[in-house]
Amino acid sequence: MDNRTIAAIATPNAPGGIGVIRISGENALEVADRIFRPVSGKTLSESKGYRAHFGDVYYNNEKIDEAVCLVFRAPASYTGEDVAEISCHGGLFVTKQVLRAALDAGAAPAEAGEFTKRAFLNGKIDLAAAESVMSLIGASGKQAAAAALNTLDGNLSREIKGVADSIIAICASLAAWVDYPDDDIEDTSASDMLPVFESAQNSLKEIIRRYDCGRAVTDGIDAVIVGRPNVGKSTLMNLLSGFERSIVTNIAGTTRDVVEEKIVLGEIVMRVADTAGIRETENVVENIGVNLAKRRLERAELVLAVFDGSEPLTDDDIDIIKYCESKRAIALLNKSDLPLAADRKIIENAFAHSVELSASTGEGRGELEKAVADIFRTNEFNPNAACLTSERQRQCCVNALASIEEAINAINCGVTLDAVNVCADCAIDALLQLTGEKATSAVVDEVFSRFCVGK
Amino acid sequence: MEYISENFDIAVIGAGHAGIEAGLAAARLGCKTAVFTINLDWVGNMPCNPSIGGTSKGHLVREIDALGGEMGIAADRNTLQNRMLNLGKGPAVHSLRAQIDRRGYCDYMKFVLEKQENLYLRQAEITDIRRDGDEWILKTRLEALHRVKAVIIATGTFLAGKIFIGDISYESGPDGMFPSVELAQSLKNLGVLTRRFKTGTPPRINRRSVDIESLEPQYGDEKITHFSYVTDFEVRNTEPCYITYTGEETKKIILDNLHRSPLYSGKIDGVGPRYCPSIEDKIVRFSEKERHQIFVEPCGANTDEMYLQGVSSSLPEDVQLKIVRSIPGLENAEFLRTAYAIEYDCVDPLTLRQTLEFKDFDGLYGAGQFNGSSGYEEAAAQGLVAGMNAALKIKGKEPVILDRTTSYIGTLIDDLVTKGCSDPYRMMTSRSEYRLILRQDNADRRLTEIGYKAGLISEERYNKFLKKLELIAEERERVENLSIPKTPEIDAMLVSRGTSALEKGLKMIDLLRRPQVNYEALTPFDKNRPDLPDDVFEQVEIDIKYEGYLKRQQMQINDLRRLEVKRLPNDLDYNEITGLRLEAIEKLGKIRPETVGQASRISGVSPADISVLLIYLERNGING
Repeated sequence: MDNRTIAAIATPNAPGGIGVIRISGENALEVADRIFRPVSGKTLSESKGYRAHFGDVYYNNEKIDEAVCLVFRAPASYTGEDVAEISCHGGLFVTKQVLRAALDAGAAPAEAGEFTKRAFLNGKIDLAAAESVMSLIGASGKQAAAAALNTLDGNLSREIKGVADSIIAICASLAAWVDYPDDDIEDTSASDMLPVFESAQNSLKEIIRRYDCGRAVTDGIDAVIVGRPNVGKSTLMNLLSGFERSIVTNIAGTTRDVVEEKIVLGEIVMRVADTAGIRETENVVENIGVNLAKRRLERAELVLAVFDGSEPLTDDDIDIIKYCESKRAIALLNKSDLPLAADRKIIENAFAHSVELSASTGEGRGELEKAVADIFRTNEFNPNAACLTSERQRQCCVNALASIEEAINAINCGVTLDAVNVCADCAIDALLQLTGEKATSAVVDEVFSRFCVGK
Repeated sequence: MEYISENFDIAVIGAGHAGIEAGLAAARLGCKTAVFTINLDWVGNMPCNPSIGGTSKGHLVREIDALGGEMGIAADRNTLQNRMLNLGKGPAVHSLRAQIDRRGYCDYMKFVLEKQENLYLRQAEITDIRRDGDEWILKTRLEALHRVKAVIIATGTFLAGKIFIGDISYESGPDGMFPSVELAQSLKNLGVLTRRFKTGTPPRINRRSVDIESLEPQYGDEKITHFSYVTDFEVRNTEPCYITYTGEETKKIILDNLHRSPLYSGKIDGVGPRYCPSIEDKIVRFSEKERHQIFVEPCGANTDEMYLQGVSSSLPEDVQLKIVRSIPGLENAEFLRTAYAIEYDCVDPLTLRQTLEFKDFDGLYGAGQFNGSSGYEEAAAQGLVAGMNAALKIKGKEPVILDRTTSYIGTLIDDLVTKGCSDPYRMMTSRSEYRLILRQDNADRRLTEIGYKAGLISEERYNKFLKKLELIAEERERVENLSIPKTPEIDAMLVSRGTSALEKGLKMIDLLRRPQVNYEALTPFDKNRPDLPDDVFEQVEIDIKYEGYLKRQQMQINDLRRLEVKRLPNDLDYNEITGLRLEAIEKLGKIRPETVGQASRISGVSPADISVLLIYLERNGING
């Protein structure tokens, strides 16, 4: 039987207290080990099963949540295979991120009813249950078939089809060039292909971005407030959350832990973390806080970098500007109720968005809202517009994108075109999975309609 | 009057490329095998292009050879010109092609069949085929009756063959041979559903009438590669090919006479191949193209006959002559043979198993054009598989099924029996999703083990093959461990090849990973290199250079194999399976796939249907 390791969210797809991600299959524990680190320091693969492990979930080497992982050993599990179930702190966003981490770590997205199917195949449920599962899978298969055509909105479907067609055209040119070397077909060169791949890469990135931005509206985004000590980060946090969440003093270094709050800014739900002021410090406890802040900064989807507008920029400020370089960030020149002393030029050169605001009076909050909306383009976000509707669809796009990037990389390294072609094939496969067509015949058909070839 | 003649284990009808390999494989596996042909002088005839191999077809020939077939050696023996196509486009798409001395090839193959133990070559037309219990009775034109356990039909274009030239048509096989008309009717009576396909061939002209000097010559490779892994004799280039082009005048002649083409006036019902369009087709469909390329190819060592690749046509003879004479260099061309289109009976390959046995007729097999394919190499590949499996079945052994992850042969057969074909099926590299692994250079590494286990590869050849694998492994280990120091000389070499200089010394394997670097370039820096055959270095280098891509393809292959080993019973009633979608029930019922993997490739069968199928199999204890 199919012994891929699969993963899916096992709790209802709705906001709730706890979200469970189930990973099942031969390599379930290896996959889980890649994303979950028990505090005990042991790996899950060493676990005997029927054990709960407390630890942290990591995505791209960044901690994203604290969680409990239950390990079940085959055959004593629901599916009869090795199973890891990660229970995380709910919230659709975190749950989905954990799932994505599992998928990136080598699990395949589970088909509808697949856990149950495996449970049956491994003799864990009886015949009657199996019958109903089969009807269920059959029905969901029908839905999935309909979904391939319908839930992919017309515009999106056209867009994806457009990308697929552009790659199919390349593959057809390559196929004709390779299969008919004696016919006078124009040479297909890597430099001709590169712009097509790059354009496909951009389109897919845009499609994925749009999905992620839609998700920003529905699931919320991860934001972090950073700044050197005592520029007013905690005051800002309190302004945004509407109540005294962080302890505010004028003593630099008061906030040492990361304080988190869910706030609503315009249309966007943000999970904002207030962090310790980032500065060079000798204080051990404060230093731990500073490091936490830095790590938090690296994985945030949005950075709110706070500067004290009433003072000239310090070396610590400059360091923070550097940290923000590759991030989506907004510079906040706080204390706009006082005269501006900071060098706006430096800030404006470093940040695409900057806002003057007074955290204590609330002045400038509207500008901040606007800047956030600009970055996530949520003002353009139309809940009815074309968007991928599931993580599975996203995964197809991500796979296609990865293959296209591999093709681009192969071209740039000077690898022969037969290998480039195989990358392009994989991209087509992934895209046609979304539209429900098959790849190789598409290329062959295209060769014969476009090229005059043959003896 | 009918008389009882000799009995055989296996009878092969036809001694073309499919029939030859089928007969040889069956006889070599120890079955008493008869090969019947309408004309003994044209065993292994090439009624169309006088060449073997070409893109992806070259892969097929090497695979046939790796499995112990004859085509590769026969081609090497009779080569006029040898070229590796697609050099510079990557090893996956390198393909060998040879111009062949057509007469020499026929003589060679006839002789091989004559000498083959257990094989009985006969000039006889089979006119009737009927069942007798578990066995078959074949009747010849002279009314001899042969009782056999299995029959392999490899009738090519002979089966109810009909030739079209302009408004003239007549029943005929290729090259003026008799067609096989009664057998076609006999198969219909048996209940074998046939259909009409069409193909065609260009005119042949006399070399003395060609202005050779004005044509652009195309020569063979200086470094010759053999088709066969066992060829140890010298192969030389003796004849070039020539290139010319059609022009405006050609186009005008064709357009003025289009109404006289049986294709365009609707006289031909047969479906023609897309990859092999007639010149009139090309002009009509690609009217914007100013010129079409024509190859003038030698047909043999002892003849002045030349083949005009690109001028396939079914227009009347007078128009053909005008067309040819409108082509620069061919103004005075004298015809030796006129181009024709030929229509013939073939089966829908969806009615065949992966062994090429009919699902509904035990012991009846099809191979070659009869199965809806096209091309000598495609035919030979199927002949080998059909012959081998017919013999294994008679011996009570497990069949050898080459799935599509193993070979182009497997891909060809899987496509035919799973997807079917609506026009004659030609192999193309783009048909294989695993083409980085299925290369022509490693056919032996992929298949010789299988050929050996089946009994088609001799002990001696197998031991040589094992030795080669050993050398590859040793050489790989050597380059993994060999450090190459940073020197001005190596840096200069690297930079001159467009890659970066060394930061520090590197292992040789890491240098070989660079696309710009190869064994040859490293010779001065690898002083103690052992003296190994070129193909050992080639394998090591390709393995290293494409490692990442190969691994990825291997993963895809492993995924597919899991479904490929799950077998589906032939009598499975898909209507009984709860949860299958209607379209899937219909398609699965019609095609009756033999494995879950095959089922998953049928268009209209979704992943959910496959899940349902797996559950059903498991529930009913059908474990394949």
